[in-house]
Amino acid sequence: MCFVTAEKERRVKANAREYNEKFSYANNHIKTSKYNVFTFLPINLFEQFQRVANAYFVVLLILQLIPEISSLSWFTTIVPLVLVLVITAVKDATDDYFRHKSDRQVNNRQSQVLITGSLQKEKWMNVRVGDIIQLENNQFVAADILLLCSSEPYGLCYIETAELDGETNLKVRQALSVTSDLGDVSKLMDFDGEVICEPPNNKLDKFTGTLHWRDNKYSLDNEKMLLRGCVLRNTEWCFGMVIFAGLQTKLMQNCGRTKFKRTSIDKLMNTLVLWIFAFLICMGVVLAIGNTIWETCVGRKFELFLPWDEFQSSAVFSGFLTFWSYIIILNTVVPISLYVSVEVLRLSHSFFINWDQKMYHNQSDTPAEARTTTLNEELGQVEFIFSDKTGTLTQNIMAFSKCSINGQTYGDVYDEFNQKVEITEKTECVDFSFNPLCDKAFKFYDCSLVEAVKQQESAAQDFFRLLALCHTVMPEEKSEGNLVYQAQSPDEGALVTAARNFGFIFRARTPETITLCERGRAATYDLLAILDFNNVRKRMSVIVRNPQGQIKLYCKGADTIIFDRLDPSSEDLMYATSEHLSEFAGEGLRTLALAYKDLSKEYYQVWQKKLHYVSTVIENREEQLAALYEEIEQGMKLLGATAIEDKLQEGVQETIACLNLADIKIWVLTGDKLETAMSIGYSCNMLRDDMDEVFVISGLTQLEVQQQLRNAKENILGLRRLSSTADVQKGDVFAEDSVFEETIISEYALVINGHSLAHALEPQLEHTLLDLACLCKTVICCRVTPMQKAQVVELVRRHKMAVTLAVGDGANDVSMIKTAHIGVGISGQEGMQAVLASDYSFAQFRYLQRLLLVHGRWSYFRMCNFLAYFFYKNFAFTLVHFWYGFFCGFSAQTVYDQWFITLFNIVYTSLPVLAMGLFDQDVNDQNSLRYPSLYKPGQQNLLFNKRQFFLCTLQGMVTSFLLFFIPYGAFSVMLKDDGSDFSDQQAFAVTIATTLVIVVSVQIGLDTHYWTAVNHLFMWGSLIVYFAILFAMQSDGLFGIFPSNFPFIGTARNCLSEKSVWLVILLTTVVCILPGLVVSFLRIDLFPTLTDKIRHLQQSRKKQRPQEQNLRRVRRTSSRRSAYAFSHQQGYGELITSGKNMRVSTLSSSRSLERIAQSSSWIENILKRKNEVSAEPAESHKADRLK
Amino acid sequence: MMASSYNAKEEDGHHSGSSTHGGTGAAKNKKPDNTAFKQQRLPAWQPILTAGTVLPAFFVIGLLFIPIGIGLYVTSNNIKEYEIDYTGVEPNTPCYDCANSFTWNSTTSCVCTVNFTLVQPFESNVYMYYGLSNFYQNHRRYVKSRDDSQLNGVQSSLTNPSKECEPYRTNPETKLPIAPCGAIANSLFNDTLELYYNHPDGNMTKVNLVKKGIAWYTDKHVKFRNPGNEKDNFTERFKGTAKPVNWMKPVYELDPLDPENNGFINEDFIVWMRTAALPTFRKLYRIIQKKPDSAPTLPSGRYFLNVTYNYPVRSFDGRKRMILSTISWMGGKNPFLGIAYITVGSICFFLGVVLLIIHHKYDTRSNSADIPN
Repeated sequence: MCFVTAEKERRVKANAREYNEKFSYANNHIKTSKYNVFTFLPINLFEQFQRVANAYFVVLLILQLIPEISSLSWFTTIVPLVLVLVITAVKDATDDYFRHKSDRQVNNRQSQVLITGSLQKEKWMNVRVGDIIQLENNQFVAADILLLCSSEPYGLCYIETAELDGETNLKVRQALSVTSDLGDVSKLMDFDGEVICEPPNNKLDKFTGTLHWRDNKYSLDNEKMLLRGCVLRNTEWCFGMVIFAGLQTKLMQNCGRTKFKRTSIDKLMNTLVLWIFAFLICMGVVLAIGNTIWETCVGRKFELFLPWDEFQSSAVFSGFLTFWSYIIILNTVVPISLYVSVEVLRLSHSFFINWDQKMYHNQSDTPAEARTTTLNEELGQVEFIFSDKTGTLTQNIMAFSKCSINGQTYGDVYDEFNQKVEITEKTECVDFSFNPLCDKAFKFYDCSLVEAVKQQESAAQDFFRLLALCHTVMPEEKSEGNLVYQAQSPDEGALVTAARNFGFIFRARTPETITLCERGRAATYDLLAILDFNNVRKRMSVIVRNPQGQIKLYCKGADTIIFDRLDPSSEDLMYATSEHLSEFAGEGLRTLALAYKDLSKEYYQVWQKKLHYVSTVIENREEQLAALYEEIEQGMKLLGATAIEDKLQEGVQETIACLNLADIKIWVLTGDKLETAMSIGYSCNMLRDDMDEVFVISGLTQLEVQQQLRNAKENILGLRRLSSTADVQKGDVFAEDSVFEETIISEYALVINGHSLAHALEPQLEHTLLDLACLCKTVICCRVTPMQKAQVVELVRRHKMAVTLAVGDGANDVSMIKTAHIGVGISGQEGMQAVLASDYSFAQFRYLQRLLLVHGRWSYFRMCNFLAYFFYKNFAFTLVHFWYGFFCGFSAQTVYDQWFITLFNIVYTSLPVLAMGLFDQDVNDQNSLRYPSLYKPGQQNLLFNKRQFFLCTLQGMVTSFLLFFIPYGAFSVMLKDDGSDFSDQQAFAVTIATTLVIVVSVQIGLDTHYWTAVNHLFMWGSLIVYFAILFAMQSDGLFGIFPSNFPFIGTARNCLSEKSVWLVILLTTVVCILPGLVVSFLRIDLFPTLTDKIRHLQQSRKKQRPQEQNLRRVRRTSSRRSAYAFSHQQGYGELITSGKNMRVSTLSSSRSLERIAQSSSWIENILKRKNEVSAEPAESHKADRLK
Repeated sequence: MMASSYNAKEEDGHHSGSSTHGGTGAAKNKKPDNTAFKQQRLPAWQPILTAGTVLPAFFVIGLLFIPIGIGLYVTSNNIKEYEIDYTGVEPNTPCYDCANSFTWNSTTSCVCTVNFTLVQPFESNVYMYYGLSNFYQNHRRYVKSRDDSQLNGVQSSLTNPSKECEPYRTNPETKLPIAPCGAIANSLFNDTLELYYNHPDGNMTKVNLVKKGIAWYTDKHVKFRNPGNEKDNFTERFKGTAKPVNWMKPVYELDPLDPENNGFINEDFIVWMRTAALPTFRKLYRIIQKKPDSAPTLPSGRYFLNVTYNYPVRSFDGRKRMILSTISWMGGKNPFLGIAYITVGSICFFLGVVLLIIHHKYDTRSNSADIPN
């Protein structure tokens, strides 16, 4: 794409288009389309002829033009070939049209560009490198730009990078301090800095360059860049200078060509076509030898009536020519229309996926989308699913679902008999209308909590006050009463929103204060300190002075941590709460304990002095701060506990259960922490208490990991050895792995940590890992990097010879989506990256069930039947020539009329088999879902494999044999009833051709399981069309116009009016069909497969309405405590207290400015730390899990 | 985060790449239509192969085929056919001399007489065929060596025949185009067969052989046309063409007495031009019409076949036969179909019985009880 060869470095000068044009950098015009009107034909044809199949047919065509070889007219090949080329070209053209459309849409987006002294609206495609453009809030960044200044103080601005890396949390970018005050057009006009930087590359997290301005050099890094694809957030406006544009932006550089995926059927098909080709050559050789012998023994003598051609010097040469002639007439065993038909089928199957209402998500208005049209039947063969957790299994929405306040639980709904009521969509939720500032989306079902708050119960009030105060959420009040919270973790957002709805509305904050609206009255708390969260502390506290002047410390954190720091007076409450916590955890909720402490003024002042001192020391500041925090967070009083539901997506449990029944192994690969991952594992029933053992691999060193893996494996194999001593053979445990693997009964689960995984994926351990993982029913990998996700998929893909499917929603899943055979993107909340990289996308994890068990199974079933029939049909059609060769002196004389050969595959027999490939259903969708075991034949490749291929070609060969020899027997002495002889070639041809068409039609009739009106139409239509064309081609009229092209005139009339001919046709049809019928009847009758049984069942139940699928919801029996769940990263505490991230307008002027000055170095620390976090998400939390 | 991610979609929702959703109608719901076609719920007939459907089919086929077969067999057996090989391969056969002394450029034709006896009289119309064996009329180079345009009387093709006719396209000496061109026409069967009945009283009567009505109607009236103007005489119409190399007389002299049977529309020629599918074949030569009285067409007794031996086949081990046959509704004598029908019918019936036994003995299909969920 980039024609500037080897750009070593990039020089860009601001506001100097002429200067920049010298380098001819790419402009911001994006072109993903391949053709335009003029280049379409040559380029498309060139591409098409690169395909082996098309090239092969061109070679055939050339052979046919040599008169000495030509055994068929040129049109028998060119008509199908042109048809194939046209269909493909139309498809390519439509694709390209949509690419053009999408290009145009992007290129015509508006942006504000600084041109000749003023801001002007300009289309994206006209933006040049070096331009200064203005971005407004919530706008997409048009190109990779260097941030110059923004509406926020210090040139800060916030971006969301969901399109790029999938992370939805806001990121901070900061302009150079020298440029941050350029915030006005005239100043920007004078800006003439020159940037010298690296050439375009695809590294999203790295940028190096320098800005030369006013004789100074400033170094630039990624923190000053806004990349194309990001969205500006919480920032009114900002200015930036375009560094990379269009195709050279990092986003576009990252959109590498996706690997072309092929299905296993595709590969099998290619192998088979090669085999057929070899078979074709064998036949050619046999017939050529036959010809040589014939010419020597018979032909030489027959020269009396049929002299050899002048060039035909010897019988061997004649054999050589005959070889090519036979290659031409037998070429139809490699059907030209096969590839096109397969593509048409896949395309339509994709449309069926797009059209499926049951995979359409109403809330988000997202239908399922098949983004590639080449993988459909592979969906019916999946053995491994690799799933992301967040946003895939879970909704990534945290909902405040229960709480325990002062020893009393809230959140469950009871009916009049005091029985717990299952909460469903229909359950009435609490009416928050008394609260004008409530969040409408918030749902809570237990009214007693509202009553408690309304009745001024102090514990309940304190509980929510704490939730409203102790957090690092940023509020944004766009208009009066329209509050939006920017939470750094969804948990916090959920808690603050809960408090808001229960009347403790967090409205505004300054670095010094927090303003609440407590049940209608405004209350301003002085924020004295934020004791921020980190992974070691696992808690956060705030110290506030309330309007009454009392100083209070509010703390929330992991229950174990809080319980250790409680005042003895809370002991009873602690036990009660602890019980509730277990209960919550048992339901898979994420819990937090809340506590508070009253502080005396004196005590606080002493502590504050210490804090002030500590925050200025340089050495060990972190440790000393921690100790100081520890000191004050002692002797707290317990308030209660919250339980947040990490909401599983709808139907996840059922889907997983169902897929498990279909023998699909589901592995969860998540970037989350071990605890969270396991808790989700429990809540979606992948981990259960009744499992024999859950192995947790978390070794740090290679040896440790190896030991743990070995132990686990020996554990599994050893245990079973004990349990079934009778039939265990003597021998090495490990040698028998494969035997055991299939017969495992006990259930094990494997949970492996990211850093252990890094070791386990080393070549020497990967086999152990794979063996162990395959012995386990459930595998969960947590803390994995995107790269590791791909490695795990690759591992399975390489060694298991199984079809893998990866499903995810975020950019961190892109690598695994691309690596797996099939990538599925959940179009959820985390941007579009996963969807864009995926092959299939839909809104909910549960649709996977339908995609695989219904669409995948059907596609596979249809494709297999289609292929088997197609090969059968072509063998039956073509091999007749082979048998005829023995009776016509191996002269490559065709049996059929040339027109019949031309039209057989594309007109007479294409539509019924297409209809079967489109509509056939052995079992309807309800039953497909109801009996997941129906999916297994696909995984085992049973419906179409080499054996099936041999069987169907054998059937074809037998058919062709009968097709030839029964008429042969009849025609040896065939007379019309007016006495004229009737054993001529043309009558023979018409009889065999008619028989063939009838036989293959009857055969497809037997192969079709699902006769829709379309099938009937195509089937009978094809037969009618056959006879219509037959009579038309052999009519007087056509012969009158082209006597040499239609020599069969009158044959059909004479032939098909004969009773004996119809007797021959009937006999041949019955004899050709019978053997197959007997075999399939015996198979169904004696060895019925599950499919056959269910078809039977389905038919006998036809009268009854099909029942809805009703997989019992298994109630969880877990008693596990998901002790801890909290935000992943260090909070914004420092940013808040420093006031850096506040608008100037909301700052309470002078006071805070002082503080900013004091702590100006903090922000750099934070930015640095945040950068580390985002660059290495997996590494940053290693430490805490080890403790 | 949750709040922010909601309004993230408000502004510009989707990335450029996702515009394949079909973008423009933002207000339009993307919910797929609920049609039976799109939801794959088209009403359908779902047949299953069960004992209830398959076994009766076998019995029906069996019961249908056996009578048909018997009927065919009986019909075929009732047809009278007499075949005689007159090639003259064996030294003491009548045509041995003719066969041996054959040369292309002999001006006098060799005549030989074969006598034979019909044991049974032939009732109704009798058809006389000549049969050739080991004659590859179906060889590719032979089959294509003709010009249908020329035979259809197209003037341009008459004077400029198709290249397919090589090497019988033009006369090698005169360079005139050959009409009819090609190997098929060139090898026209040109033996003349005459049949004489030897009355028991010793008289010889020539059996009247009708030479018209032996070709297909479409061939005679559509496919084959003489070139030129109807009014012109044949010599004029074929002017500028040469006779095929092997022929003794030009095409317009095939039947000089009957213009409706001369030139390209000569029926012997048309019959020959319809190439046989197999190397052993017979072609209709003459028809012996049934006499109006009740006497058999060919009474039993002695006959003489007079052969004007023109056609050489010995060089390629070919055989020439003369066949006399009567005809039934199903054509000529052909026991194959009858036997085949009887065999297939019996097999079907037998299979039906076997399958019935198997089905009753080993039927493993049971109710849904053993379907694992």
